[in-house]
Amino acid sequence: MRLIRLVLICLMLPVAALAQSFDEIATLLPDGSYEDRAARVSALAASGDPRAEALLSALAAGDLAVLKADGRLVVVTGNAAQDALTGTDAGPVTRRDVTRVRVNNNLRGQIRAALGSLGLSATDPGVRARAASQLEAAPDPTQLPALEKALGTETDPAAKSALELARATVLLSAPDAAPEARAEALSLIVARRGASAQALIRAQLDDPVLKDAAASALTHIERAEKLRGWGLTLWQGVSLGSVLLLAAIGLSITFGVCGVINMAHGELVMLGAYTTFVVQEMIRNHAPGLFDWSLAIALPLAFVITGAIGIAIERGIVRKLYGRPLETLLATWGVSLILQQAVRTIFGPNNRQVGNPSWMSGSTEVFGIALTWNRVWILLFALAVFAFLMLVLRRTALGLQMRAVTQNRAMAAEMGIRTGRVDALTFGLGAGIAGLAGVALSQIDNVSPNLGQGYIVDSFMVVVFGGAGSLWGTLAGAFTLGIAGKLAEPLAGAMLAKVLILIFIILFIQKRPRGLFPTRGRAVEG
Amino acid sequence: MRQINRNMAVFLSGLFVLTVAIPLMQGQVLPDYAVQLVGKYLCYALLAVSLDLVWGYAGILSLGHAAFFTLGAYVMGMHLMREIGARGVYANPELPDFMVFLNWDSLPWFWGASDSFAVTLLLVVAVPGALAFIFGWFAFRARVNGVYLSIITQAMTYALMLAFFRNEMGFGGNNGLTDFKDLLGIPLSSPGMRLGLFIASALALAAGLLIARAITQSHLGRVLVGVRDAESRTRFLGYRVEEYKLFVWTVSAMMAGVAGALYVPQVGIVNPGEFAPANSIEIVIWVALGGRGTLVGAALGAMVVALTKTLLTGWLPDAWLYALGALFILVTLYLPRGIVGALEGLKPARKPQEVAA
Repeated sequence: MRLIRLVLICLMLPVAALAQSFDEIATLLPDGSYEDRAARVSALAASGDPRAEALLSALAAGDLAVLKADGRLVVVTGNAAQDALTGTDAGPVTRRDVTRVRVNNNLRGQIRAALGSLGLSATDPGVRARAASQLEAAPDPTQLPALEKALGTETDPAAKSALELARATVLLSAPDAAPEARAEALSLIVARRGASAQALIRAQLDDPVLKDAAASALTHIERAEKLRGWGLTLWQGVSLGSVLLLAAIGLSITFGVCGVINMAHGELVMLGAYTTFVVQEMIRNHAPGLFDWSLAIALPLAFVITGAIGIAIERGIVRKLYGRPLETLLATWGVSLILQQAVRTIFGPNNRQVGNPSWMSGSTEVFGIALTWNRVWILLFALAVFAFLMLVLRRTALGLQMRAVTQNRAMAAEMGIRTGRVDALTFGLGAGIAGLAGVALSQIDNVSPNLGQGYIVDSFMVVVFGGAGSLWGTLAGAFTLGIAGKLAEPLAGAMLAKVLILIFIILFIQKRPRGLFPTRGRAVEG
Repeated sequence: MRQINRNMAVFLSGLFVLTVAIPLMQGQVLPDYAVQLVGKYLCYALLAVSLDLVWGYAGILSLGHAAFFTLGAYVMGMHLMREIGARGVYANPELPDFMVFLNWDSLPWFWGASDSFAVTLLLVVAVPGALAFIFGWFAFRARVNGVYLSIITQAMTYALMLAFFRNEMGFGGNNGLTDFKDLLGIPLSSPGMRLGLFIASALALAAGLLIARAITQSHLGRVLVGVRDAESRTRFLGYRVEEYKLFVWTVSAMMAGVAGALYVPQVGIVNPGEFAPANSIEIVIWVALGGRGTLVGAALGAMVVALTKTLLTGWLPDAWLYALGALFILVTLYLPRGIVGALEGLKPARKPQEVAA
């Protein structure tokens, strides 16, 4: 066997002589010092041989190996080996048959740069652009001539822009280049790369010519970054605020008008979320095409279902406990336990899958801050619900009666308002709003029997902080607590931030026991 | 008032009989764990009495009494952790296991006194008392009352729960404190220790009832009832309402702390879940079921509900929350004065002593 192979190699020798320089250099790749080998890598790249790219990528990936049997260079992929120079199949190999060609990080960088320059002359503009980006990631001053050459002939705008960035980065990494060119390069990098090139710009602080420009660019970038960070926190706070607003606003009007705390409010929110789940299940099974409409269908359903439950709670329990707000609190807590357990019995204790319609998934970017569409929609929805309630309170007969009962129940009754009916409708409205909140929250939270529990304390805090019965107070309370919570989070951690907010509220009601926007009227002072 | 005295006498003699009978039956008719179970119920009863003191007599519906109970439990738990000594998994003579696990090299300062039993006994009362005093001082001075106060107390226990869940707090985070070995050198699992803890719980309950009775029957107690039924009127009569409230609130928190401290060695674990707002509300239903403002009723209600919970969760686990929910609704709707109150109502008409709340 060995003899035959030897003969074969001898026979191939004259053929090899034609491409001697490339093959010779390639076979020498495993040997010598790392400097020698780096020089060979550059030589291979400069040779213009079409095999160079495959060979160098294999070397960089650590797939290049020497076959122990005959010293051939092969590319190993899994158990198969391919001759690195001829591309012919070298048969199956195991780890023991080959010696891998070693590379260190330095050499790997060199190879990447060399590969980059190879791609610069490719015919596909996409490849050229990618090669330029590679060079930008691992700038190599020796590639500068290749880049200049490529820039001179480039016509594709995307590739040209990538080449310009690569050239600028390479220039900035070469302290010996002409100062004017480097200054130009710096302004290009600052303008186009900004914060992501901070390290490169910082490196220019040592350059006597570019020092000032780099320093001012850095302060500018830092300021912009800080601003972006604040913007992101603010957005997260606003988003949390919109969730709190949805969860608390129904609670606030029932507390304001009827003077009772509905402890089952969180569970009504949960029922709204489960309504969405059921609607989506039915759509999945019967009319998959309607999936994008699932929320539009779930909203009125959730409103009606939870609203009806709310009226039932008011008629069955709350009404009988009139004038005993603490007992109402306990009885509605009992309702919440039963609702929770009923959902657990029907739907099981685990999270249920509720999907985002296509128009709610994905995200958009505003000033470099990523906003997910579901959060944006929930913010808009919360504001819409707020506006709707405002309209109901200000522009309808029921709203007028509700405000009258809030301010002075006895007087309102004297004037002929059927306070019992107002109570029932208010309770139903508050509960219906909870159902709407549930539909919205199903888009960002786990739909489980415990969904409501997670919001109950927070929404109470919003009501207490904002002032019960005041819509504006609830709005202000929700956004204040949402933003304050998110601002405190990076300082103290998520858990401690919540604790701090709670302590803040306890201290706040020292000053304003009835919240930010206290409901005026004689009855509340009793 | 005479009615309260008679109920108290009946209840205390019942408690005495129980305390004598259980040791006699232990190990023969009754298994060891039953002693522990009854001991646990007695702790609940003491907790219920402490809540009745503020809710039944001062009209403060606390939805955060579990906070004081759990704080007392943590203080005792810290001492029990130190008693483990080098017998823990990591065999560190100084640090509890969870601190070794978190790579701490020394005890945090607030664990400093936990190796002394005497100081622990003091802190069991002082820590919940201090929290209640500070909290009450702020809340009552600002005249936060009614539903607002209830919600703020709920926020208090919720905040504590979140805080204690953090490992950095130094109370064992999520897992809390557990793996206790012994108390005062006697193994917690020995029948003698169990009996001792049971008797201690019975004595604490009796003491709690007597202290509560003394408070409610004093001049101060009558002012408190005035606060409960007509706060503004009492204030206009010249009483400093917030001081009365603060006093009874702090005493009640201390009582709850003692209940927690007795509870921990009997159940062998305390974790932040005990702070959950739902636990606090459950205490309220004990009092409501037994009879608000009757003291003995609160203790009775706690034991009845706890016993039902034990039986029902073992027998029909899913039914417990339905039953508890229904209990909340039915008691508030149809049994506003609780069992004891309803029983009194059955007796021949007696001159009404107090205004109904």
